[in-house]
Amino acid sequence: MTEPSASPGRLDRHRSEAAERRLRQRYRAERRFQLYGALGLGLATAALAALLVSIVSQGYTAFWQHEVRLSIHFDPQELDPEGTRSPEVLGRANYDALVRGSLRELFPGVEGRRERRQLRALVSSGAGFELRDRVLESPGLVGRRQSVALPLADEVDMLLKGSLRRDLPESERPLSDLQLAWLDEMTRRGLVSRVFNVRLLTAGDSREPELAGIRGALMGSILTILVTLGLSFPIGLAAAVYLEEFAPRNRWTDLIEVNINNLAAVPSIVFGLLGLAVFLNYAGLPRSAPLVGGMVLALMTLPVIIIAARAAIDAVPPSIREAALGVGASRVQAVFQHVLPLAMPGILTGTIIGMARALGETAPLLMIGMVAFIVDVPGGLTDPATVLPVQIFLWADSPERGFVEKTSAAIIVLLVFLILMNLTAIILRNRFERRW
Amino acid sequence: MASGSIPKITTRDVSVFYGETQALFDVNLDIPSNQVSALIGPSGCGKSTFLRCINRMNDLIEGCRVEGKVTLDQEDIYDKRLDVVKLRARVGMVFQKPNPFPKSVYENVAYGPRIHGFAASRSELDEAVVWSLEKAGLFSEVKDRLNESGTSLSGGQQQRLCIARAIAVHPEVILMDEPCSALDPVATAKIEELIDELRENFTIVIVTHNMQQAARVSQRTAFFHLGVLVEEGETAQIFTNPRDSRTQDYITGRFG
Repeated sequence: MTEPSASPGRLDRHRSEAAERRLRQRYRAERRFQLYGALGLGLATAALAALLVSIVSQGYTAFWQHEVRLSIHFDPQELDPEGTRSPEVLGRANYDALVRGSLRELFPGVEGRRERRQLRALVSSGAGFELRDRVLESPGLVGRRQSVALPLADEVDMLLKGSLRRDLPESERPLSDLQLAWLDEMTRRGLVSRVFNVRLLTAGDSREPELAGIRGALMGSILTILVTLGLSFPIGLAAAVYLEEFAPRNRWTDLIEVNINNLAAVPSIVFGLLGLAVFLNYAGLPRSAPLVGGMVLALMTLPVIIIAARAAIDAVPPSIREAALGVGASRVQAVFQHVLPLAMPGILTGTIIGMARALGETAPLLMIGMVAFIVDVPGGLTDPATVLPVQIFLWADSPERGFVEKTSAAIIVLLVFLILMNLTAIILRNRFERRW
Repeated sequence: MASGSIPKITTRDVSVFYGETQALFDVNLDIPSNQVSALIGPSGCGKSTFLRCINRMNDLIEGCRVEGKVTLDQEDIYDKRLDVVKLRARVGMVFQKPNPFPKSVYENVAYGPRIHGFAASRSELDEAVVWSLEKAGLFSEVKDRLNESGTSLSGGQQQRLCIARAIAVHPEVILMDEPCSALDPVATAKIEELIDELRENFTIVIVTHNMQQAARVSQRTAFFHLGVLVEEGETAQIFTNPRDSRTQDYITGRFG
């Protein structure tokens, strides 16, 4: 072996045809990889866009509703023949008769029970309750005549929104020719109007699509998530801080660590069973309540928060800890004044992931009775309640055409709720963010 | 010579184990008051480990075990009744890599006085911060930037900020673990100058890789090799007339 012989060979190494080819190949590989990446991103974006477009295009109509303005005579003979004006009597009166009476005035020519029933069916079956609520609110209405906007039946609403076709043969559509003729007449007289669907946001659930709202489920979700956050965040944080900063490393802590990691992977329905057994059967807490739902979801979220918080605490450089301890800070001071503030962004990210999962969860709630038809809006932690994803499931399962758009509308509300939660987390995270 | 006065720190038969591995073997060393003692030796010789025994920073390391006796003013610092927090307030530390808190310059220095309750009022705290920064030779450079993040300073300034943070607690001893290894020569010179001034009020123990630095700043030098304290004595004697051949080899650059 002498000199690294043949200097032309050395030149060849980087300038030869083969070398050029290798270089081109490397660039091609890089371009190919970038293309795959862009393709993956494009597919994901397209899927998300398709989902959003389909939900919004199906759901936006639910935020509008058709009403008919009827001249209602609050007939004292019908409502309160004895003139007591007591809420008890007024509450029990037959308000549906007022609706029927008003419709008969509108179409005096309609005779026969079947026709009259068909006419009545144009207006929501809940119209009577609306009138009752008005009277109970101001009993002075009795004996007077007032023009009242009442919701139309969901079939009519669907027809006016174009979701039902009127050119089908009579036997195949829910509204008869006669009903269509009356509807057209009402429209011609300017009695039918399209308004913002306040009920969707203020009412509880109902069997009638035109009366159903998501207020109950929304309140249920908010109460449940508050309980979940209130329990799982402090407990999870305390557990993570203790395990990461204070606990001795031994077989017990190893065992606990393995179990926490396993718990994060346990199917959520198992937590529901646990809640049923412990919270309902043993502790005797109320069924269907946000309190219990929140506790069950907190159990489910705890391991997620603990794992995220431990990772975030672990990621804080040890030099910060040493610096604090080096000037004579106690361990608690070092942790709470230096380590935790730096770990907070990561902890919040983990918490929000856990909360988002809890917000979308239905399976464990099944076991504790939160998958239920509940009309009343819950006012407290122990009132019967349901949550948004359950409401979506219940509406999606309903046969009425009117619930299709309601389902999508509920999904929109759930998504908005989620986005708001995430935004809060991002804002909080940016406030805590510190560079070192 | 330190033989006449009582040493500030003494160690007797100190051995340190990381799990099964022994890192230090029966170290006996006296560190005199108000002097700079340098610990030198090749990488992995146990000088940093020894330094961290003096303020019990080794407690933080999983599986680390210290045997033997370390005293500060004749008080056993590994005694069960001794308060570690108090010990670390008396024995401050400056680390190899500058590690200011990700807070303002002011907050970095004020943290110690605040947690130890030195300053009763805001003006006293201000005074303490200014005194420490001045002592660390940093005040003139940062006096308009007290509210900026400590991490925005240059490397040399950060290290002096860490020194200011340490002396703000008024420790009796300052341990320095290769404080200049991440700094350029200009910043190093500043810190060496500072160490010389600090000797007046503090007892300083410094670990260094740089033998010129040890020769420049210290009065006493201890040479560690493979976990054993090979030789210690006055710096001038160690560098001009070492007794042990290993010391001789190391300071003449034959290994390490």
